[in-house]
Amino acid sequence: MSDRIFGVVGILLAVSFAFAALAIEESFLSDAVGPKAFPLIVAAVLGISSLVIALKPDAAPEWPSLDRLVEIGAAAVVMVLYAELLPVLGFVIATALAATYLTWRLGSGPIASVVTGLGTSVGIYVVFHLVLGLSLARGPLGF
Amino acid sequence: METFASLADGFAIALTWQNILLALLGCFLGTIMGALPGLGPSNGVAILIPLAFTLGLGATPSLILLTSVYYGAMYGGRISSILLNIPGDEPAMMTCLDGYPMAQKGMAGQALSLSGIASFVGAFFATWGLIFLAPQLVKIALLFGPAEYFALFALAFMTLGGVSSTNQAKSAFAAALGLGLAMIGVDTQTGVPRFTFGEVHLYDGLDFLVAIVGLFALSEVFIFLEKRHGAADADKKKVKVGRLTPPWSMIKQTTPTMLRSTGLGFLAGVLPGAGASLGSFISYSMEKRLVDKDKTFGTGDPRGIAAPEAGNNAAAGGALVPMLALGVPGSGTTAVLLAVLLSLNITPGPLLFSQNPDVVWGLIAALFIANFMLLAMNIPMVGLFTRVLMVPPRILMPVVAMVSFVGIYGISGSSFDLLVMIGFGIMGWVLRKLDVPLVPIILGTLLGNTMENNLRRAITISNGDWMTLIDSPLSIGLWVIAIIGFILPLVIGRRVKAQMHAKAGEEGTISD
Repeated sequence: MSDRIFGVVGILLAVSFAFAALAIEESFLSDAVGPKAFPLIVAAVLGISSLVIALKPDAAPEWPSLDRLVEIGAAAVVMVLYAELLPVLGFVIATALAATYLTWRLGSGPIASVVTGLGTSVGIYVVFHLVLGLSLARGPLGF
Repeated sequence: METFASLADGFAIALTWQNILLALLGCFLGTIMGALPGLGPSNGVAILIPLAFTLGLGATPSLILLTSVYYGAMYGGRISSILLNIPGDEPAMMTCLDGYPMAQKGMAGQALSLSGIASFVGAFFATWGLIFLAPQLVKIALLFGPAEYFALFALAFMTLGGVSSTNQAKSAFAAALGLGLAMIGVDTQTGVPRFTFGEVHLYDGLDFLVAIVGLFALSEVFIFLEKRHGAADADKKKVKVGRLTPPWSMIKQTTPTMLRSTGLGFLAGVLPGAGASLGSFISYSMEKRLVDKDKTFGTGDPRGIAAPEAGNNAAAGGALVPMLALGVPGSGTTAVLLAVLLSLNITPGPLLFSQNPDVVWGLIAALFIANFMLLAMNIPMVGLFTRVLMVPPRILMPVVAMVSFVGIYGISGSSFDLLVMIGFGIMGWVLRKLDVPLVPIILGTLLGNTMENNLRRAITISNGDWMTLIDSPLSIGLWVIAIIGFILPLVIGRRVKAQMHAKAGEEGTISD
């Protein structure tokens, strides 16, 4: 069943890709092929392969239970927040928070998570910024 | 003896303190990444590319660092196979079959050092093979015009699913998805924006480094979150490493096996669509058929370790041949190495050998140096690496995630790229669940624009005649190979894959 849904999504993707390709504005100076032809070929391959997937599905994979899905979704949200807050909070604080969260969700105890998170953040800061001189996001506190 | 003169030049380039240190660092990191289950050569190299890039290393030093990681990971995979019966990366799967039984017999140390020697033999001779074969391939490649290149790219995509692929439709889907992603951005020939939806950040196109790190490294983090426990955590029993030096009789007994497997593995590496996993698989099965008269394979036969290890390391060397000579990688990790070259503004392919001989020969010399370092590192220091294995994923995985973020943020300093990377991470997780291979996606984003440009150049040269694509014997030959390579797995793929996964069946691993 998973593969049938996947195939249908793939077909929709291919169709919208083809429409987006047709909507490309041609420039008045163009080569013999133009900017549309190759994307259309790609859309065709995408569509045909999706159709085959939908018609001949493999055995469905073992999807995780709902709480595991929530887990993954929550981790993704934390990562998005991390990306957005990085320039605001600065590297060390933002990274310590994100790493603490991930360590906690992967099964460490609360205190151990905070310690690991801080350690990860400071460790990366020391190795990459102080030793190797990579520029990291600066927060209001200067680190 | 032009080759040897070039090789000597290469050593002159590679033997600076900086490069030796980088090779040492790369070998060390690579072995650790190979040994840790969940981090293989492709994600190891993927995480380090942005770092090498933002640290401002030159072309040759970055390549030396990253190929050392590549070779190191191929060595490292065996450690967890032998000690924990969990392959550290996919090519090391076959090493479990005899390695773990040997460790249970109390011969873990001997198994580790023997497999180290086998890895060395495989990689050493494969590097010689690379030296002699690549320039020959370059001679053929110099005859290629745009139409032939287009056919060659098509061949790479059609065979990438590999002989072991179960579902060619999914490989094709992945390739088309990658090519489609490459189309995003301003068209290089006419200057019109495509698929950007008015988003300014997309005008440059998607950075393939962002895609690679997201698909490979972040999706791994999600997989661990889903499973949580992390298999390595579960059975952390103390394994006695025991005596480290194998007896001479064992080395003597396994020498013919190593040499045969090296040859086979190298071939598997050079051929499109095979790669290191298949290299170790055929080496093991051939040796089993050839010398296993007493049915000792699978119960801790030293030859059963020597064969896959020599095979997969030889394949790693072999896979560099098409990548350097043609600019078309045949496996996941070499696709990632291609990304390194492209982000350093070096175009691989036949001209690389004449235009950047310092890069090519410096790299080859570095491979030799790395190989000796790895041999030296892997036998006496194996105890250290086994201790690294005890780091639980709940600590390791956040570090992986954070280092990925640091690398990508370092390149552009924009949160937008980080968001795109997270998107790729989620996509990678879903696709891995659905058993869609990720390597064709990467290759598509890397090669998409070059492939399109070759198509358009070929057709512009022939004044709009599409038949020019199948006009020369060379391009017809390439198309025929491509079609055979696509159809063959439909016939025999299921069987090969079933055999490969019969023992260590693992879901959704990234192939070498």
